[in-house]
Amino acid sequence: MSQTLTETGRGRTGDKVFSGLTLAAGCLILFVLFCVAAFLLWQALPTFGADPSAISGGNGFWAYIWPIVIGTLIAAAIALVLATPVGVGVALFISHYAPRRLAQGLGYVVDLLAAIPSVVYGAWGIAVLAPALVGPYTWLAENAGWIPIFEGPASQTGKTMLTAGIVLSVMILPIITSLSREIFLQAPKLHEEAALAMGATRWEMIKMAVFPFARPGVISAVMLGLGRALGETMAVAMVLSGGGLIASLIKSGNQTIAAEVALNFPEAYGLRLSELIAAGLVLFVITLAVNMIARWIISRHKEFSGAN
Amino acid sequence: MSKLLTDAPAPAKRNTLTKNQLPGWAIWAVAAGSLILGAAVSSLIGFSLVSWALISAVIFVIAGYVVTLSVEGARKAKDRFATNLIFATFIIAVVPLISVIWTVLQNGIAGLSYNLVFTSMNGMTGMVDNETVANGTEVLGGAYHGIIGTLLITMWATIISVPIGLLTAVYLVEYSKGGALSRGITFFVDVMTGIPSIVAGLFAAALFGLIFGPSTRTGFVAAVALSVLMIPVVVRSTEEMLKIVPNELREASYALGVRKWRTVLKVVVPTAISGIASGVTLAIARIIGETAPLLVTAGFVNSINWNVFGGWMTTLPTYIYRQLMNPTSPTNVEPSMQRAWAAALILIIFVMLLNLFARLIARIFAPKTGR
Repeated sequence: MSQTLTETGRGRTGDKVFSGLTLAAGCLILFVLFCVAAFLLWQALPTFGADPSAISGGNGFWAYIWPIVIGTLIAAAIALVLATPVGVGVALFISHYAPRRLAQGLGYVVDLLAAIPSVVYGAWGIAVLAPALVGPYTWLAENAGWIPIFEGPASQTGKTMLTAGIVLSVMILPIITSLSREIFLQAPKLHEEAALAMGATRWEMIKMAVFPFARPGVISAVMLGLGRALGETMAVAMVLSGGGLIASLIKSGNQTIAAEVALNFPEAYGLRLSELIAAGLVLFVITLAVNMIARWIISRHKEFSGAN
Repeated sequence: MSKLLTDAPAPAKRNTLTKNQLPGWAIWAVAAGSLILGAAVSSLIGFSLVSWALISAVIFVIAGYVVTLSVEGARKAKDRFATNLIFATFIIAVVPLISVIWTVLQNGIAGLSYNLVFTSMNGMTGMVDNETVANGTEVLGGAYHGIIGTLLITMWATIISVPIGLLTAVYLVEYSKGGALSRGITFFVDVMTGIPSIVAGLFAAALFGLIFGPSTRTGFVAAVALSVLMIPVVVRSTEEMLKIVPNELREASYALGVRKWRTVLKVVVPTAISGIASGVTLAIARIIGETAPLLVTAGFVNSINWNVFGGWMTTLPTYIYRQLMNPTSPTNVEPSMQRAWAAALILIIFVMLLNLFARLIARIFAPKTGR
């Protein structure tokens, strides 16, 4: 009898196999991330060792990548400048202003923005947004042309950096909104009620009780939006008629890394292929850094790691 | 007596509690005023609905501030200003959504036909489109091959991602003891959600390029690229769901002498299955619309290809992209535009249905955890 208790029972192998499997899957993810970097680096190596005159543009890799890195940053910056105030405002609207009954439904509506495929945004940008912006751009070029970013003559197709930035801002809006909303909802109720009880108006309550609590979370939400804006491909590839680096945002010109890769990769071979993969590697490193900083900020404030 | 009381002069004093407060109708009056003023100003610079709405909104926000400032004081005025701005941001956010959906519906419905859904672009040259336009007949050729490609590639991406994602989530929730490895996995899974889709595509292209020679493009390469994007989403949502399975269930199972792996498989996962299913559906909805990684991994063809392991494949997003950017007939782009918008409508319907389906699963089969 006593032997049955101490017997090394059936099922132990099952336990070992299963826990081994789960561990393997976890490690596989780390391995894949490592592989992404490793394979890109491996395939990009020929570019770094190549004769500078063989690279597109003829001045070496850094001269080639420099303008499109700046272009990527410009596009992302426009998107952030437009999307951050609107995104935070919408999050506040849903968390503190909308009637309780409506709030959840409104949240879904904003999430729908995230569900629309990027190629559809691109098509919308070409068909609706770009033509609609030709008028305003012409007006800007005439009346604000002395500012370098609005230097004329304005593009007559509307396919410019500013249009691409606006499309990007629509695409990153749901990310900023959904994360900020989570954080605003977690602001301590007691602080809010205390502020209201002291006679604060709703805006003063938000400034005093909600914003100080939510600031790090909102910053990381914006950084996650930045990560998405940096890597978004199709909207830019379709909406922007690219070219060399220029200061004006309302002329055609500028290019981003992601769009450059997507537009040229299907026809590329040999060194050009490796060049584009190297460009992808640069993009990977930039977005990885941005995302890691954002995640690090979130993880420092564990209470609102409401990501996803 | 009573006569005396009623004869006493009524106190002419107003209620002091409502002093310095705008009456309820004031805000509507300001709104109406701004609309009229906005119409006047916008007709001065050339009337259009957009400029009318914009100018009225700006006037309304400023006028609301000024009126409140004059009656209720600076603090209330600031509050009114902030409230109006926040309502405005919401309207600004909804405008593009409505515009996108309206555009796709308007342009897409005309192109939805039997041809679009059930024929491919095989043999469809610019000549065919030119004839269609010249004769005014129905547009030939469709997105059948794209629909098949999308479904097959998405299916393979799901087959790869779901087991890996599920097992990783089980490891994180059930097996890890909060050590460096599990913290590392959690951190890098979060970081992975931010990988640009084009980089995932380049990774798959580079990986298969090394093994099978450069420019290897098949549906399976695309599926691998999409899995890189899908796995982190599956892990995150599954992890959240496993975490809310109450510990009492696990303990009850252990108390009956059930092994840990059977507890996980028979108790924990079934309890959370609805949440997991809805998370997986949302992950599918996210990758089904991806375009960039498919451009660099799956290539583009006009004919039907059922084999994910050989030959190039077209998906709906790349089909839309090619039809828009490189119309089949460069001189008569109308048929291509029509096909592209109709395909976009189908794609959006796919995505919306998946989203709706996920919410339905989550709502109907929500775990009864007493939370």
